[in-house]
Amino acid sequence: MLYALKIAARYLTANLAQTALLVTGVAVGVFIFIFMSALIGGLAEFILARTVGDISHITIEAEDADPALLIAPQGQVLFVAEPGQTRTATLAEAATWLPLIAGVPGVKAVSPQITGAGFLTRGAQVSQVSVSGIEPGRESAILDLDGYMVEGSARLGSGLIVLGRELADDLSLSLGQSVRLQSSNGITMVLTLSGIFETGNGSMDKARAFVSLSSARTLFAMPQGVTRIEIKLFDLNAADATALRIRALTGLDAVSWTDGAAQLMEALDAQSQTGYFLKGFALLTIVIGVASALLLSTYRRRPEIGIMRAMGAPRGFVVFVFVTQGALVGLLGGIMGAGLGYLALLPFPSREAFRPGTLPLDITQGSYGLAITLTVIGAILASILPARSAAKVDPVTAIGQ
Amino acid sequence: MSALLEVNDLVKTFGTGEAATRVLRGLDLTLNTGEMAALLGPSGSGKSTLLTILGTLMKPTSGRYQMLDHDLIAAEDRELTEFRNRHIGFVFQFHNLLPDFTALENVIFPTAVRDGRETPAARARGADLLVRMGLAERIHFPTAKLSGGQKQRVAVARALMNSPELVLADEPTGNLDRASALQVMELIGQINREEGTTFLISTHDDKIAAACQRQIVVSDGVVTG
Repeated sequence: MLYALKIAARYLTANLAQTALLVTGVAVGVFIFIFMSALIGGLAEFILARTVGDISHITIEAEDADPALLIAPQGQVLFVAEPGQTRTATLAEAATWLPLIAGVPGVKAVSPQITGAGFLTRGAQVSQVSVSGIEPGRESAILDLDGYMVEGSARLGSGLIVLGRELADDLSLSLGQSVRLQSSNGITMVLTLSGIFETGNGSMDKARAFVSLSSARTLFAMPQGVTRIEIKLFDLNAADATALRIRALTGLDAVSWTDGAAQLMEALDAQSQTGYFLKGFALLTIVIGVASALLLSTYRRRPEIGIMRAMGAPRGFVVFVFVTQGALVGLLGGIMGAGLGYLALLPFPSREAFRPGTLPLDITQGSYGLAITLTVIGAILASILPARSAAKVDPVTAIGQ
Repeated sequence: MSALLEVNDLVKTFGTGEAATRVLRGLDLTLNTGEMAALLGPSGSGKSTLLTILGTLMKPTSGRYQMLDHDLIAAEDRELTEFRNRHIGFVFQFHNLLPDFTALENVIFPTAVRDGRETPAARARGADLLVRMGLAERIHFPTAKLSGGQKQRVAVARALMNSPELVLADEPTGNLDRASALQVMELIGQINREEGTTFLISTHDDKIAAACQRQIVVSDGVVTG
């Protein structure tokens, strides 16, 4: 069928202006396809980075042990509890599990933490806070604390505390000033403000305090173990599978971030579906464009098709000539559109540099190969109808035209 | 001389019912190998229809058509296409060349489509045929740049490319001036004499008919002379 390929190529080069117009039309469709892929993919990346980029992808929390029940009269429940004390569940064997979890494929960082509630007091000002005790050196393992610092340092050490911008303002605190932190266990420490962060998330900036793990041990009277292990993955989409693996490996209740994010997943899914529709329409435009152009071409070349048939060209040969034309148009348009799409996406910042207010176009999600492949397939499918119509041309009628 | 083709009781009707037109009405004809015959008759007598059927481009309504021991009435389209490619050449009144191709590319088309590619052997034979047609300087010319007579000579070369046993020519000189017409007929005669190719030439021109060894007259859908 080498000869049919030559004829197809000759037909395309015989009318360069018409072919250029057709290829450009296909290229525009492919460009839209790639642009939409980059936009939808980039948008999903951006939303995920903004919503779950700074949270733990897998979390292991200590399970509260039920209070011991006593034998009670019928219709009543009696249990043992120490008045005035908040009981905190612990992962007592955390030190044993941490190296194992860190060794699981796909795990980027592991952060053992002690978390609890407390009150910050400065003069007459009192604020309720959520306290996170983190190992020094792992401050940015899960939340990019370093990246959000607006004053001071995220580095945690003995006697230091890092607060959000709003909380520091509420307490009229400046770097280097002291503040009293009383835990829910009733233990109080005086800590020095060493850093102020601003994430843009109100609840985080207004009610979160970071201290070192050793300070948290003192505050929550927990000489060993932790209350929570947060795990960050290289690929957050692998969270479900990795959580299952950790659960099987350790027996701990590892929970993926997706467990509490059904609405986000639905929204991303809906966005993805919209993307498929838009890309589908772009492909449909290509198919219709190629089909109509080739239908016109076959109609214009009816006498030639008649001559070919009279000279002994089988119907299959004629079909091949026009399907090859379609494939060539699809290939050229696909490559041109993919090239244009790539060039158009080059000036946009990479996914790591996405910022609010900019168009999150991810050049790596252009689906270039897929766009070219689908375009060629679409163009071939689009050319089948004109090709079959050409093959049915009656040589006697066509030559007589 | 042995018979190359034989048709018996050939009938061709166009349309149906009251609009039916019977163009061939039980036509019988035998053509011998190496013959150069003129097909004569008034317009509408069925000459073109007969050529079309003999060229396997159209099937008759009924009758028998035998060529080179092939029953060409019963044959399927694929078989007929292959038969046409190997054994029958066409020369039309209007050259009917492929406009986007050169003279040589047009000539070698029947061989290239058979082989699936343009072989060096096909190019050599095509070039040789064009030289014989007096077109040595026009081998690689686009057909659009050739004169009417030159185009018709390219068409004759194309018809001969696969060395067919039969060449059907429908008014091959009808669109040419007298000088070009004589040149084309001389070439046809030369091929007939040298290669023994059978020619059936439909014409209204008495001089061309006289140049042929045999004159077949068709009238009202039957051979009358």
